[in-house]
Amino acid sequence: MKKGIITKVSGPLVVARGLPFAKMYDVVLVGKLGLLGEIIQIKEDLSFIQVYEETSGIGPGEEVESTGTPLSVELGPGLIGSIFDGVQRPLDILSSSFGSYIVRGVKENPINRDKYWEFEPIVKEEDFVSEGDIIGLVQESEIVKHKILVPVGVKGKIKKIFKGDKRVEDVVAVLDNEGNEIEIKMLTKWPVRIPRPIVKKLPPDFPLITGQRVIDGFFPVAKGGTACIPGPFGSGKTVTQHQLAKWADADIIVYVGCGERGNEMTEVLIEFPELKDPKTGYPLMKRTILIANTSNMPVAAREASVFTGITLAEYYRDQGYDVALMADSTSRWAEAMREISGRLEEMPGEEGYPAYLASRIASFYERSGKVVNIGKEGRISTLSVIGAVSPPGGDLSDPVVQSTLRVTKVFWGLDDALASARHFPAINWLTSYSLYTVDLDSFYKKNINEELPKLREIAMELLEKEAELEEIVRLVGIDALSPKDRMILEGAKSIREDFLHQNAYHEIDTYTSLKKQYLMLKAIIKFYEEGNKALDEGIELDKIINLDVRVDIARAKYISESDLKYFDELFEKIERDFSSLKEKSKEEVR
Amino acid sequence: MSKEYLTTSEIAGPLMIIQNVKDVKYNELVEITLKNGEKRKGQVMVAEEDKALIELYEPSIGIDPKEARVKFTGKGLEVPVSKNILGRIFNGFGEPIDDGPKIIPDDLIDINGNPINPFSRDYPNEFIQTGISSIDGLNTLVRGQKLPIFSGSGLPHSHLAAQITRQSKVLKTGEQFAVVFAAMGITFEEANFFINDLKETGALSKAVLFINLANNPVIERISLPRTALTVAEYLAFDLDMHVLVILTDMTNYCEALREISAARKEVPGRRGYPGYMYTDLASIYERAGRIKNKNGSITQIPIVTMPEDDKTHPIPDLTGYITEGQIFLSRDLYKKAIYPPIDVRPSLSRLKDRGIGKDKTREDHSDLMNQLYAAYSRGKDAEELAKILGEAALTSVDRIFVKFSDRFEREFVNQGEYENRNIEETLDIGWKLLSMIPIPELKRVREEYIEKYLKRFVSEEK
Ligand SMILES: Nc1ncnc2c1ncn2[C@@H]1O[C@H](COP(=O)(O)OP(=O)(O)OP(=O)(O)O)[C@@H](O)[C@H]1O
Ligand SMILES: [Mg+2]
Repeated sequence: MKKGIITKVSGPLVVARGLPFAKMYDVVLVGKLGLLGEIIQIKEDLSFIQVYEETSGIGPGEEVESTGTPLSVELGPGLIGSIFDGVQRPLDILSSSFGSYIVRGVKENPINRDKYWEFEPIVKEEDFVSEGDIIGLVQESEIVKHKILVPVGVKGKIKKIFKGDKRVEDVVAVLDNEGNEIEIKMLTKWPVRIPRPIVKKLPPDFPLITGQRVIDGFFPVAKGGTACIPGPFGSGKTVTQHQLAKWADADIIVYVGCGERGNEMTEVLIEFPELKDPKTGYPLMKRTILIANTSNMPVAAREASVFTGITLAEYYRDQGYDVALMADSTSRWAEAMREISGRLEEMPGEEGYPAYLASRIASFYERSGKVVNIGKEGRISTLSVIGAVSPPGGDLSDPVVQSTLRVTKVFWGLDDALASARHFPAINWLTSYSLYTVDLDSFYKKNINEELPKLREIAMELLEKEAELEEIVRLVGIDALSPKDRMILEGAKSIREDFLHQNAYHEIDTYTSLKKQYLMLKAIIKFYEEGNKALDEGIELDKIINLDVRVDIARAKYISESDLKYFDELFEKIERDFSSLKEKSKEEVR
Repeated sequence: MSKEYLTTSEIAGPLMIIQNVKDVKYNELVEITLKNGEKRKGQVMVAEEDKALIELYEPSIGIDPKEARVKFTGKGLEVPVSKNILGRIFNGFGEPIDDGPKIIPDDLIDINGNPINPFSRDYPNEFIQTGISSIDGLNTLVRGQKLPIFSGSGLPHSHLAAQITRQSKVLKTGEQFAVVFAAMGITFEEANFFINDLKETGALSKAVLFINLANNPVIERISLPRTALTVAEYLAFDLDMHVLVILTDMTNYCEALREISAARKEVPGRRGYPGYMYTDLASIYERAGRIKNKNGSITQIPIVTMPEDDKTHPIPDLTGYITEGQIFLSRDLYKKAIYPPIDVRPSLSRLKDRGIGKDKTREDHSDLMNQLYAAYSRGKDAEELAKILGEAALTSVDRIFVKFSDRFEREFVNQGEYENRNIEETLDIGWKLLSMIPIPELKRVREEYIEKYLKRFVSEEK
């Protein structure tokens, strides 16, 4: 086949002349090493290529060959538990075959070709099937039953269907489409920049339960929803994302480490096989796929990594699973776009980012949703997307933050002041929001407790009042406040310290069920309300705030999920303590 | 033999354009020979069919385009390595600048290295005892970590870095250590201070120094940390040594980066620094770490002097986004004559939890750390309040905390430049100070630890 010739190399951008049949976004092999690249601009006879590998040593005169297909990922059993780079190269295999450093020009199949999977058909000969229909099942990991779907654009009558041990490239079924035979294999491909088809989107109405109190309790995200976590360095973006990857009640997690630290991926690789999913009891790694394109890995592959991740996520969503994708950090992705755009000498927009930044970000988040899948049964499933953003200096006017906020429904604003006071998660309760709160209330009311939304409202109000009162205290001192106001401060403090504050590294505190969250909040509000009543009856504030039971409220977060009767005793104790306080004060009056 | 070109058409700042070239490779090393025989180095920035854009590693002063003979070497910038580099001093290209003999290389390694496969990394979790309480006690450093010192001009970061270099050890024996010192744009005096310090302690024979002084070429600062880290990788992963890399001063490095970016006429980012500075810095900082099945490690202590003490300035900001925590030096503490003037509140070692506790430091370390931090913060907050509203506004307990935080600064943080405290001493000073606080206020520590570690100080303090 005829090849193109390189005319220019400038960092990750390579220009080639005379590349036959060049199409936008087709994958090409660049130079003697055959580096992986993608055509991102065509001008007359010139193809502009972003190269996913380091281009040192490549020069004009070398050849470029087009594969004729756009950048695609491989789909099929064997993805779960894997770790890939931004263009789906298996990092574990690269490590064992080529050593500790990433070398160039090496190709390894993302999905193992030799492994046998037990294919269990669920349709029979003569059945008519079309795209999205499930024809068989494969136990991919202890907890993931992989559904083999009829590929997009394919239909026909089942002519033959096989059973038993099959490799991903073996034929598992043969369809007859009006005389044409179509072979179906477990392995399929999909171009990463094109969303996989769905029938329609539905409004998300179930919470993605994360076990993180400030999230579930105050700013919940829906299954199929989107959330944005911006914050300065060290404010807790990665820890929050890791917490979600660990504890969110999704079936499948896709974690994209995009332009961040190598050690953070190592941490996941070490921890996830050890940690047990609270729902299934199996190691978390059995439901997780990792994409790691760390900050020192090539920039162009970083640009591709979020698309690679979301395509894998869509594939499992298509199978009917609730999938959650975390991207840490989308700022690094945007910076990769900026770098490539700069090399293309495109007209820069704000802060040098390309003018299409906002639409690119929107098109990524829009691939989330609660959807009706293609396929007979009209399966409903969700894909939730949570993106971290790292704005320079933590400044929220950053174009990446602003473009993201326009398309995401939940904003968890991380706050430098809270982080440096070691209040974690440092999600600012005054500025953060969730647009799902109202839609999810009916779920909370029905499944947890009727009064939960009300409790949240009271808590939020206390925190808002606290902020106002703090202003006054700063100016004139605490003595200027009435006992009622001071009770508000005490109540708000208890919400902050005993509820919102949650230590990700504490064995028990790291995850709190909705039930327990409700009980904790209830105890705090109960104390506050009883305290207020006591004040009305003339009891001194100091006596109230020094009650022993406050220690028990503070300890509640460390109470194990299997020990929730603790709260029955706690509620009783609150009542008991207050009535004895009232008794005593009556005696004193007498 | 590769051909030499006499076809330079343009020189602007550190950039040169050479015409009518053939088979030029991106990033390859270029040697320019001046009329008088002097040689300069550069690198291909853009390779085109008939021309090449070259970025010089050295100043362009004195280069006459008509006379300059340009040779493309066909490879990247490589540094010679061998066991004999220990104890030697080099420039940013790995050329000896001391009086020692020429290095006979065992190997030549491209200074840009390859990215470590994240799957091949091993998680840093071994405690390094620096002998400095505010680091060991509260912001523990572990092997393979990258932990920068965020400082300001005029603060004693060099002294601190030298002390860390002198005192660092792992509570294990029989391992080999080395220090790689990478100096970018610092003054002769600062560099000299370091060299002398290493000499006096006999550590020079275990150190490799790369030095580019304030009056040396700015552009050499771009290759210097890469050269130094290539050597560090060789020592760590080929010779099994535990390498501590001091990078000083990253602010000078970033300024060099900005200067070159401006010369290339790139669209400037914040404060004129290039948009790719994050990625560029990551290509340096991410070279710290441990690798599975290899014995050595690379621990990095970059020094960043924050312009105007502003941590949102792009240099500390982007550094913080890549490193695993930071140690903050404070001008206030410095003025109070506290050495090292480490402000423990904004400081954080993100990997500390992996390196402390039973079998690593001591079982009570984590609780104690949280309690000291909380008590100090409370004291400082109360102090702030007292400044506005007067002492009278404080409760009696808060007054104790104010006193505590003052003693904490003077007795825990403050220590001699040559005082090497072991971890037991550090933790015990912590407990001793806590004993001035009423026990019910100590909410972050387990009762058993109060019994075991605190009680013995209570009577003593009274
Ligand atoms: N929920 C939490 N519980 C306990 N500690 C936390 C929590 N969140 C954050 N931290 C602390 O804050 C540190 C920094 O958090 P993290 O790494 O998530 O920050 P980040 O916002 O991702 O920073 P960067 O932008 O530099 O990647 C952690 O190493 C940890 O010490
Ligand atoms: Mg992070």
